Amino acid sequence: MTVQDVLSPFTAWKNLFRDPVTVRDPLTERPGAARYRGFHKNDVAECIGCGTCEAICQNAAIDMVPVDGIETKEGDSGLRPQIDYGRCCWCALCVDVCMTGSLTMSNEYTWIDSDPDAFRFVPGVDHKSWDDAELGYHRPDGHRLTPPERIVMREMDPERRIGNFEEIVDGYSVEEARAEAERCVACGLCVATCPAHMSIPDYIATIREGDYEAGLKLLYETNPFSQVCGRVCTHKCETVCAVHHEGDPIAIRWLKRHITDQVDRDRYVDIIGRPAGETGHKVAVVGAGPAGLTAAFDLARMGHAVTVFEARKHAGGMTRYGIPEYRLPYDALDADVDVIRAMGVDIKCDTPIGDKVTMTGLEKDFDTVLVAIGLHLGRSTRIPGSDHPKVAKAVDLLRAITDGETIDVPKTAVVIGGGNVAMDIARSLARLQKQIHGEVGMTVTALEDFSHFLADPEEVKESFEEGIEIFDARGPREVLVDEVGNVTGLKTWKVVSIFDDKGRFAPTYDEGDERIHVGTMVIEAIGQAADVALLGEALTEKLEWNRGRITVDADGRTSEPWLWAAGDCVNGPDVVHAVADGHRVAASMDAVLKAKELS
Amino acid sequence: MALFELDRSQYPEAKADGSLDIDLASGKYLKLWQGPQHPGITGNMSVELTVCGDEVVEGRTHVGYLHRGFEKLMERRTFIQCFPIVCRICVPEPDFNEYCYAAAVEELAGLEVPERAHWIRTLILEMGRINSYMMYLGGQAGSFGMGVIGQWATYVRDLMLDRFEEMTGARIYHMFILPGGVRDGLPEGFAVRMEETLREVERALKDINDVMYCNAVFKKRTVGVGVITPEMIEPYGVTGPNARAAGVAKDVRKDQPYLVYPELDFEPVTGSVSDIYTRADVRRRDVHVSIDLIRQILQKMPKDGPVMTRLPNVLNWKIPEGETYIRGECSRGEYGYYLVTDGSGYPRRVNVRGPSYTHAMALLEKLIVNANISDVAGLMVSLHTYPPEIER
Ligand SMILES: Cc1cc2nc3c(=O)[nH]c(=O)nc-3n(C[C@H](O)[C@H](O)[C@H](O)COP(=O)(O)OP(=O)(O)OC[C@H]3O[C@@H](n4cnc5c(N)ncnc54)[C@H](O)[C@@H]3O)c2cc1C
Ligand code: SF4
Ligand code: SF4
Repeated sequence: MTVQDVLSPFTAWKNLFRDPVTVRDPLTERPGAARYRGFHKNDVAECIGCGTCEAICQNAAIDMVPVDGIETKEGDSGLRPQIDYGRCCWCALCVDVCMTGSLTMSNEYTWIDSDPDAFRFVPGVDHKSWDDAELGYHRPDGHRLTPPERIVMREMDPERRIGNFEEIVDGYSVEEARAEAERCVACGLCVATCPAHMSIPDYIATIREGDYEAGLKLLYETNPFSQVCGRVCTHKCETVCAVHHEGDPIAIRWLKRHITDQVDRDRYVDIIGRPAGETGHKVAVVGAGPAGLTAAFDLARMGHAVTVFEARKHAGGMTRYGIPEYRLPYDALDADVDVIRAMGVDIKCDTPIGDKVTMTGLEKDFDTVLVAIGLHLGRSTRIPGSDHPKVAKAVDLLRAITDGETIDVPKTAVVIGGGNVAMDIARSLARLQKQIHGEVGMTVTALEDFSHFLADPEEVKESFEEGIEIFDARGPREVLVDEVGNVTGLKTWKVVSIFDDKGRFAPTYDEGDERIHVGTMVIEAIGQAADVALLGEALTEKLEWNRGRITVDADGRTSEPWLWAAGDCVNGPDVVHAVADGHRVAASMDAVLKAKELS
Repeated sequence: MALFELDRSQYPEAKADGSLDIDLASGKYLKLWQGPQHPGITGNMSVELTVCGDEVVEGRTHVGYLHRGFEKLMERRTFIQCFPIVCRICVPEPDFNEYCYAAAVEELAGLEVPERAHWIRTLILEMGRINSYMMYLGGQAGSFGMGVIGQWATYVRDLMLDRFEEMTGARIYHMFILPGGVRDGLPEGFAVRMEETLREVERALKDINDVMYCNAVFKKRTVGVGVITPEMIEPYGVTGPNARAAGVAKDVRKDQPYLVYPELDFEPVTGSVSDIYTRADVRRRDVHVSIDLIRQILQKMPKDGPVMTRLPNVLNWKIPEGETYIRGECSRGEYGYYLVTDGSGYPRRVNVRGPSYTHAMALLEKLIVNANISDVAGLMVSLHTYPPEIER
């Protein structure tokens, strides 16, 4: 111990003349740092009500609540997060996980209110003083708690696949499917959007758990065309997937397919379950497409005796005669049809209704009848030359390919149309050209430009890969025929606009921009119509019609009490809508049949 | 200077099992509770003292006032949901919980953490160390009646909290180190502002040195009091400055280097006799080491690159079966997380090892015997213990 030890403490006195360092609240403004995790904000217009924030909050501080002025719509639950500041710890996990990036924080940290309930509020809806604060915690770039990238689906390379009709995609391996399934945040927005309301997050969960049988059971509860839809569904569900807002949507369709691939087909019927006891009611279904067969599946499971009448050699409708084999192998479709048959549905193929068996006959022999005849008449452009025998309809050609008919495959051909059907016929013919002539000579001309294209982007990409030329914004003007009567190509003009001010179809062209697309065959793929000849004059007369389609109510009932209609011929446009229609009709018919029992 | 000689003639006899034969009815002894509400207690615990005159003959420590059940709670939280919880286990130096938990999860889940995140984590832990020592300094000085030191230390700590705030978005519970990395990089101009803060810390340390360390009263009350002998280190599980003051150079940063410590130049601070004074001195010098480490980090760390690895979907995150123990050198010694996973989405078991568990209980009970009542608070603070990490 020294003298200094006695004196040194007195140096503390020098602080007497220093300014105080305290902040005099509220006189001194002391804003939170730029990244401060202060009070929450939510851009409610961006928010989709997915509830992922609610799921992650370890304090259960978030409740998803309905909010005035925000409606439930496709891809938006209509709910918004309400935060309870009695529970929140400002960890910002909710901000980090937010699927849209709508949820953020301000740098505001003081708030006084005498009403305790004010501290449970819906950010962005209940107005707060910090709503316009610019600073505060926002999820930093690249900081993600859910992986945004989809597991890539392996597929055959273009050189190999163009030579055959084998399925292009390989399907996920168990590991790949599990990794993809893990990306799902189980928001359920997809369920609401799927026309058949398949229990998507639940069956995806079975993949994570490796319980494929449970997954299969879930699939067939809502969709007897699960193998088909697992391959070719238009997957509207994926467009509303919460992950899609800041990443690739979950590959819902491929995951569905993965479940069906993993279960031994012999086990299907046992897992799906057998039908209920017989009711004694008889139902006739015209058309063995997805709509008719789904209704048949449901009705048979309810115990009704169902007979399906199909004009073609095989069941499946457009899924067999339209969709090419490289997208949907026949054995996958057959497996779904087999399940339907196993439920006791009697499918009578090669039995067109109309001449030998008539609608009147069905009305007499059955309690109720469903018409699900699809759209099988190809429409024509009616441009000069379109009546030439070398001008074909896409659906007719696709059917001929399925039936194995010999087709005179042209070295060069031009397709009119820019939808998926146009791509299907172009890619099918391209494969035949490759097999027969050794090279592809296909051209597609579409009215729409690429930014408004109707066909799926993958279809366009894969078509390009396969050597098909696609010209967008081209309006067909004339099928060119040489002096000896052979088709030589298609003349098109550049499209200026497709619709008029009132939104009606009225294309206008730039005549100065003309092109000749060389081809010895022209294929029209511009839409289909229903062939309603089977109804006969009397019934046609009795039924109510709306622009060429039978009028039905929300349950698919026509104006005739014994007759229902479903699928493409009344609604459309795809397999899963047809399936949903089939379910609706089955439920409605069942209710009517049960009511009959009571009366 | 004549030292006060202990008169132990009236003290109880030790029984065969080592316990004391205290007959309260004799009137010679008095039971005194220091805590749980008492300015001379570190946090939420208490010491049940038996005194004879003003000498302590026995001290029993009592904890249990702060049990929040974090470890159990974590068994019901997903791996990401545990992340915001852990910092609360130890309030004054929360970042060690974030680091140890994250590192344990990363090891068992097989996550690779980006290089820059390691640097930022080290930076945060050293900033936290300085702040923890500042709290200690205030407490140590206060326990001997020097209130002003606490005000100075709190001011400096507040400046460091400003740095924490701008980097992590929060002052106390930073929730910034999470499995996979850290939330974000450093804000623009951080290094400049950090340098200003470090200078303030140095200035304050100099003042504190003049007023507290070079103070005859402080020296008189602390030199030779509460000595931890080198022999006690192992059996009592003594780590950190408490051990280093006794000349035992235990420092996890050196002994089992983690994060970027191998790339930093420093030596563990040691003393010769672990009494209250030397322990205080080791901590003061340790602040200087931390200041130097922060300067090195800001100079050497990569300026860009990712700070977060790609996590699996945290809502469905399962971690394979496994177990690990992750340790680090916090301001009080070895801090550790023992994590067991069972392949599910939740930790099977979490056990947090805070250095205070041994220091505040067994070690204090040992050192307190024969202490003067007026030194009990100073002795307790000199072990630098935080009851929250005892109870979890
Ligand atoms: C080329 C092409 C590709 C397509 N690709 C896809 C796709 O990738 N994804 C998708 O979701 N959808 C696709 N679709 C649409 C999908 O195929 C249809 O929406 C779906 O098949 C409609 O089902 P449906 O049961 O209403 O009619 P259909 O499937 O058309 O079935 C109707 C059935 O009724 C039969 N029938 C008609 N008249 C009679 C009669 N008088 N007597 C007995 N039977 C009769 C028909 O032979 C046919 O089998 C595609 C369509 C086409 C044309
Ligand atoms: S900040 Fe954390 S505690 Fe608060 S609502 Fe969000 S997730 Fe829950
Ligand atoms: S996670 Fe984001 S988008 Fe989803 S409900 Fe919460 S705030 Fe809205």
